[in-house]
Amino acid sequence: MLSKSTRTQQRHLFNLDPVLMSALFVLCAMGLSVLYSAASHEMNIVLRQAVHIAVGFVILIFLAQISSEQLFRWSPWLYLAGLALLVAVLTLGYTGKGAQRWLDLGILRFQPSEVMKIILPMAVAWYLSNKPAPISISQVVVAVLMIAFPTWLISIQPDLGTALLVSSIGFFAIFLAGITWRFLILLGGIILAGLPMVWFYLHDYQQQRILTLLDPERDPLGTGYHIIQSKIAIGSGGVFGKGWLNGTQSQLDFIPERTTDFIFAVLGEEFGFFGVVLLLLIYGFIVMRGLSIASGAGDTYSRVLAGSLSLSFFVYFVVNIGMVSGLLPVVGVPLPLISYGGTSAVTILAAFGILMSIQSRRKLFTS
Amino acid sequence: MHQPEGIFVIISDNVLDEIVKLTTRDFLKDLKQETRYFKARLFIAALVVFLSLLALGWRLYSLQVQSHDYYRTLSQENRIKIVPVPPARGLVYDRHLNLLAVNKPSYQIRITPVLTDDLEQVVSELGQLVELEEQHLQRFFADVERKQSFESILLKMHLSEDEVARFSVNRHRFPGVEVTAHTNRHYPMGNVNVHALGYVGRIDSEEMLKLDRQNYRGTNYIGKLGVEKYYENLLHGKTGYQHVEINAQGRKLRILKRIPPVPGADLVLTLDAELQKVALQALGEHRGSVVAMEPETGEILAFVSAPTYNPNLFVNGINSKQYLKLRDDPNQPLFNRALSGQYPPGSTIKPMVALAGLHHGVIRLEDLIWTGPYFQLPGSRRKYHDWKKEGHGWVDMPKAIIQSSDVYFYSLANNLGIDRMSAFLGQFNFGNKTGLDALGEAKGILPTQEWKHETFGLPWYPGETIITGIGQGYMTATPLQLALATSVLATRGQRVQPKILRTLRTSGSGEKMVNESVLHSLEISNRNYWEQIVKAMEDVMHKPNGTAYRVGIDASYRIAGKTGTAQVFSLSQDEEHRKTQKENISGWLQDHALFIAFAPVNNPKIAISVVVENGGSGSTAAAPVAKAVMDHYLLRDNEDSS
Repeated sequence: MLSKSTRTQQRHLFNLDPVLMSALFVLCAMGLSVLYSAASHEMNIVLRQAVHIAVGFVILIFLAQISSEQLFRWSPWLYLAGLALLVAVLTLGYTGKGAQRWLDLGILRFQPSEVMKIILPMAVAWYLSNKPAPISISQVVVAVLMIAFPTWLISIQPDLGTALLVSSIGFFAIFLAGITWRFLILLGGIILAGLPMVWFYLHDYQQQRILTLLDPERDPLGTGYHIIQSKIAIGSGGVFGKGWLNGTQSQLDFIPERTTDFIFAVLGEEFGFFGVVLLLLIYGFIVMRGLSIASGAGDTYSRVLAGSLSLSFFVYFVVNIGMVSGLLPVVGVPLPLISYGGTSAVTILAAFGILMSIQSRRKLFTS
Repeated sequence: MHQPEGIFVIISDNVLDEIVKLTTRDFLKDLKQETRYFKARLFIAALVVFLSLLALGWRLYSLQVQSHDYYRTLSQENRIKIVPVPPARGLVYDRHLNLLAVNKPSYQIRITPVLTDDLEQVVSELGQLVELEEQHLQRFFADVERKQSFESILLKMHLSEDEVARFSVNRHRFPGVEVTAHTNRHYPMGNVNVHALGYVGRIDSEEMLKLDRQNYRGTNYIGKLGVEKYYENLLHGKTGYQHVEINAQGRKLRILKRIPPVPGADLVLTLDAELQKVALQALGEHRGSVVAMEPETGEILAFVSAPTYNPNLFVNGINSKQYLKLRDDPNQPLFNRALSGQYPPGSTIKPMVALAGLHHGVIRLEDLIWTGPYFQLPGSRRKYHDWKKEGHGWVDMPKAIIQSSDVYFYSLANNLGIDRMSAFLGQFNFGNKTGLDALGEAKGILPTQEWKHETFGLPWYPGETIITGIGQGYMTATPLQLALATSVLATRGQRVQPKILRTLRTSGSGEKMVNESVLHSLEISNRNYWEQIVKAMEDVMHKPNGTAYRVGIDASYRIAGKTGTAQVFSLSQDEEHRKTQKENISGWLQDHALFIAFAPVNNPKIAISVVVENGGSGSTAAAPVAKAVMDHYLLRDNEDSS
């Protein structure tokens, strides 16, 4: 609940958290330099990604100025607009690489499913914020439906990776808003029991990817080849890496999708274990900073939103690195702020804008 | 915490706590409690994040530190490339196991520039062993410029066996030069089976989008038409692959692992290649088609559309001059008449219309009808002429079929009405695809009142019923549909699924026969009607007044047949008699000649339809073609068995 008596505290220039901002800058700089190598020294691609990132930071700064009361009021409407966009993409979307994910708005094309990664936790937090914890079964059911509908729309595009991410972000919100442990275990059980059913619902290529994870040799020409090659690239990087622009696997075209989903393999090969651990530390730091912002937030809506956005960033990089290093099946999830791609970079930075807005307005309450 | 006071002194603390929880929950949120909840959850989340980071770190440690040597070996100096090994395409046989489609070895000579000392010198010396034309050299040197020096570059395709032999003897003189073997699809019988078999050609960009790219890595050809296209999935097989070690320059060092390809299935077709030849020969210079099938099984014995063309031209890309010549040929050799040609069936449907009349009790076999020169609807002045100027006089149903009286069937059609007639003909599969295992089948038109309304937005006129009774007007049928309808007559009502594939042979699971299936049994009110109509069709061939008596006269077996003529150029109905006009009409406007038949009458082994475009009359142009095919099929088979 947001009370009008909430006093805000202006601590930083433009409400921007200097710690988080620096971490993001370091990450983006690292990303652009890896991209330069992955894109075979194609400056054009690097410049375009730099523009994406710049746009992302502009949106971040803009969102940091908006109070969470306003976001709270917008939440249900943004959610409905997001659903409308998802329906629109199914009916008149642009088909890129065999799946309908893009909406062409003349000057820019974007993926509404990406935007849902921010809108969904807002909506779930909005719905659950004025319900006392622990929330009741019927409220959980409503929240699950709020998650299930956009997830379903995204999964039939088909974009399994994003659908999984979006739904997990929604469930983080439910988790943080407070359901009983008993219920949480029950829900987890239902999801586990439902997995076999999900299996039949998957597209052939999606089933193939999961089977390939268990045994890469079964599909050595397709996704298995991707995993084998990226493992070779990462493993051959060793402790210190082969050096920037010197990755043989990366430069000789052995790594597929190496500017987007598999860019981590390039980083692993050229910067080695050191580079990889550095990246993990930066990622870990950013997530922990986000969680601490959530912990300090004064009202339920803000802290649930801040917590789930931070955790979504976490899922992003864990799923990507897990997939590229052969721990998880290949789902199309980019490495946050490193992979080439506009919508993903902009959405992630926008989420951090919301986090900073929450941080700058934390209530000075006494317990 | 708010504690209710006073009343419940005796109740234990536990119960009190419960009540406290319930009441507070209903009235206000305990912010402090909730914050505690939240922080606990946040702590768990942070723990999960921390553990996940550890797990990733451990995974990367094991890849990059523990297994580093293993991966370094894979990555440095030696690299593994995966090279697809395309499967051998399945062979295609006819029913007597004559080869219709084979894979012919073809040899190419290739040079890897980095391995030669003086490229120009090598090429000019090779020129003494292998015939090299200017175009080969030009393309070769253009490729040398474009590609990397360790890539092997094609110098010439399709070496002759002599050239391969000469090079083999001198191989030691040419380091960096190699002859590689490939296979090429080849159709040994050339044009004979082309409209059934189709051909393969190079995969084009549109096909590339649709096919399973993994399985077509290394495959250059794909079925474009006919059986080759319809059964592409069976014929192609499964691509194998090799793990090949490549050094830092990208050169192949050795094969580490080989998963062999699974060859495509061999197909045994129902076609009889000899019969195909006979049919083609019998058609001669005419445009037309012959479709013959085994009535009981639906096996297509002959499937010929003339003129034909040579499918071998298409395998390696036909040049545009040859293609344009085929495409612009007024005889349209590329057009598959048997499958996609739609002709008015003409008088060939009269036996079926007669059956409809008997079945619905509209007329009896022996009823006599006066057939003058023309038929008129009551109250109308419009004249529907008979093909015979003076008419046939008093005729009963057998005579109407034997002499092919038009006026009799005008009258019968009028009494039946379009709805009953179309419904009955529909049971012979007119107006529907037969479902043959071939692509591009046309379905013809079986006109109904509803069809006309949907197509033209116009009501049905009684006059249109009249001409439908003799297979004219809107009605059209493909030669395949006519053959199928004939086989329904032959089996006395059983409509089976026509098919071209007979058996499938795979390396793993052996032979598999494609079973026959009866799709529809045509029930009529009295089974004797079948024999009565068949008898009339037999008399068409064997009675002196039958329209095809001249063809049936020397047959050593009994044939049931029916001639037909389809108007190409629709003369308005009040114009003078068709036959008199015919002499003035140039070849392209002459009627199409049609003929359907099955034999032997009492134990049918073959049902056939013949269309000769602009052939004139069915009895003189089409019936002899059918006779030649039936002779070959029935008499040769007798010789085989004796």
